[in-house]
Amino acid sequence: MDAPIPISEAQLDDLRRIVLRTINKNQVLILTNIPRVPASVTSVLREISRRHKIPLSTLKRNAQILKEFNLIAYGDPPNFSGVELTELGRFISNLTISEDPTVLGNMVRTRSGLRPLGSVIRDLRKTVLQMIAEAGSGHLGASLSAVDILAVLYMMKMRHDPKNPFWPDRDRFILSKGHAAPALYAVLSEAGYISSENLMSLRALGSKLQGHPDIRTSGVDASTGSLGQGLSIGIGMALAAKMDGSSSRIYVLLGDGELDEGQVWEAALTASNHALDNLTAIVDRNGYQLTGRTEEIKKLESLSEKWTSFGWEAQEADGNDPASILDALNACDLTSGKPSVIIAHTTKGKGVSFMEGNRYSRKTPDAQELKRALMELA
Amino acid sequence: MLEHFGKALVDQGLIHEELVVLDPDVAASTKVTYFAERFPERFIRVGISEQDMIGIAAGLAASGKAPIACGFAMFVACRSWEQIANSVARPGLNVKIVGSHSGLSPSADGDSHQTFGDIAMMRVLPNMTVVVPADALETVEALRALVNTPGPAYLRLLRGSTPIAYVDECDYTLGKANVLAEGADTTVIANGVMAPHALDAAEQLSSGGISVRVLDMHTVKPLDADSIKKAASETGAIVTAEEHSVIGGLGGAVAEVLALEHPTPMAMVGIKDRFGESSRSYTALLEELGLTSEAIAEEVRGILKRRK
Repeated sequence: MDAPIPISEAQLDDLRRIVLRTINKNQVLILTNIPRVPASVTSVLREISRRHKIPLSTLKRNAQILKEFNLIAYGDPPNFSGVELTELGRFISNLTISEDPTVLGNMVRTRSGLRPLGSVIRDLRKTVLQMIAEAGSGHLGASLSAVDILAVLYMMKMRHDPKNPFWPDRDRFILSKGHAAPALYAVLSEAGYISSENLMSLRALGSKLQGHPDIRTSGVDASTGSLGQGLSIGIGMALAAKMDGSSSRIYVLLGDGELDEGQVWEAALTASNHALDNLTAIVDRNGYQLTGRTEEIKKLESLSEKWTSFGWEAQEADGNDPASILDALNACDLTSGKPSVIIAHTTKGKGVSFMEGNRYSRKTPDAQELKRALMELA
Repeated sequence: MLEHFGKALVDQGLIHEELVVLDPDVAASTKVTYFAERFPERFIRVGISEQDMIGIAAGLAASGKAPIACGFAMFVACRSWEQIANSVARPGLNVKIVGSHSGLSPSADGDSHQTFGDIAMMRVLPNMTVVVPADALETVEALRALVNTPGPAYLRLLRGSTPIAYVDECDYTLGKANVLAEGADTTVIANGVMAPHALDAAEQLSSGGISVRVLDMHTVKPLDADSIKKAASETGAIVTAEEHSVIGGLGGAVAEVLALEHPTPMAMVGIKDRFGESSRSYTALLEELGLTSEAIAEEVRGILKRRK
């Protein structure tokens, strides 16, 4: 594939059909679940086996076939090397995903059909700006820093179904930094939970879109807003999933300023003591809290080491780069026996040059600022 | 009381397989050890972190479990009030919070452990049911009723052995006061340990020719306003008795009903806006703070005198 071939969505659908006649469902599952960071083939297959309740031996057989097709590569013992998609494998993998995590290259499934993730994320940022401007208040900077993380979770990673929001085995998400609610609502709307007309009712009397997340909103799994409480709620959900033998995974997004709260660290101890490997915390590390830099108000560094010493598997990622976020999330699936945390480095106010940093932490854009911001994102 | 509670919890665990128990490192004191032995896989140790425990309970409830978070009242209810408000009451999750060692019952431990405001703090929360059983038998019935009623609730229990209000049986309906004694001159509305003391007071007064109705107001919320108004119109005077501050507890709740709907002469027996202190004897501490049958009888006599 030397030169890119222009291809319409209809043609892609045809190509997908042809490919899906050649490779079976289990093979698709393997292709689409190979992490971007090399991991041992056995650990990857074991995770797929656990999540989808497919015998490991079946998956091993199919992995062998994929290797023969030259779609994946891995070394057999004793010449160990991690499993990876070949270039062809990556193309086929992107092409085949039509059901579960709706990734097609950088295409994601939205309420308005398949769209490139980058353009979805730009639109999400615009929506967040418009919602907060319309509401007259809201935490703009903290919402913009979290948009990419939320988009990757809901559009590429989590197993959930907007048509069945209470599906017991769904993956769950808790916005512990509840003040980023506008970003969550924008993503939930794009994913199909909230109608786009309702978005502009944020913070209005009688609206389902509360200033901070509330379970009265379809798709919201936990009521938050008081900092420090989300991780504990996530532990409860992770414990329940373990008790029920459910493969549901729980994701909790924390602010870095939020880590000042003691309850977070109580919960951090509890989660590792209960070996909750179905729990992933993501820290939106934008470096600021309301009145200044986190490192000047209550120093958090060395942050990864703190989590590690609390018994967590810690990773760093670029929290404004979808590929980096997805890689880190995929790696969390392979952690066993302990909870995992991603320190996601982000820029507060990300996406609008004059809003980056702490200036728009709580500032509401006026009409002119909104116009300028929307133009930048156009 | 806690001994009965601990065993009743096992009975409920046998019936309700979604029931799970959380412990902030006080299992031996709250007697949830019986449950832990019987259902180790449904018993969750969270360590000494009540706020975390409340959040975990909220998450369990959101995923369909029926968590019972048991700890000392001062810490599980008062320390974690905001977690209960935001993580449990606001979303209306099915979390039962059991506050043991409430009131003055941790007498020797002193006022760091004694609670006088937990009922006020819990009943101010929307969606919250608040139950204060009078004795061990009623505790068993109250637990059964609460487990069968989805939604957030606070069950307030006492450490040590407690006097008896119900001998053989206790007919229990959430939100419906029990008439412990019939009477015509005044009604004493009591709960917790003060309910059996109110019965004693009624007996003392009957020898002096005063006939007292005693209501066991085991559910502070939702409050049985009908029984209160009925008592007010039939007996003409109300005395409340509780092991809690006179500010915001049962007395406050009854006063709200009477002042707004049926103004009636009223007196309160309770903790008079002060902290407790250490006492090797629980009874002696109750006496020191004026929480006795004599104090109730005194208020009844006083209110009758004022009415004449």
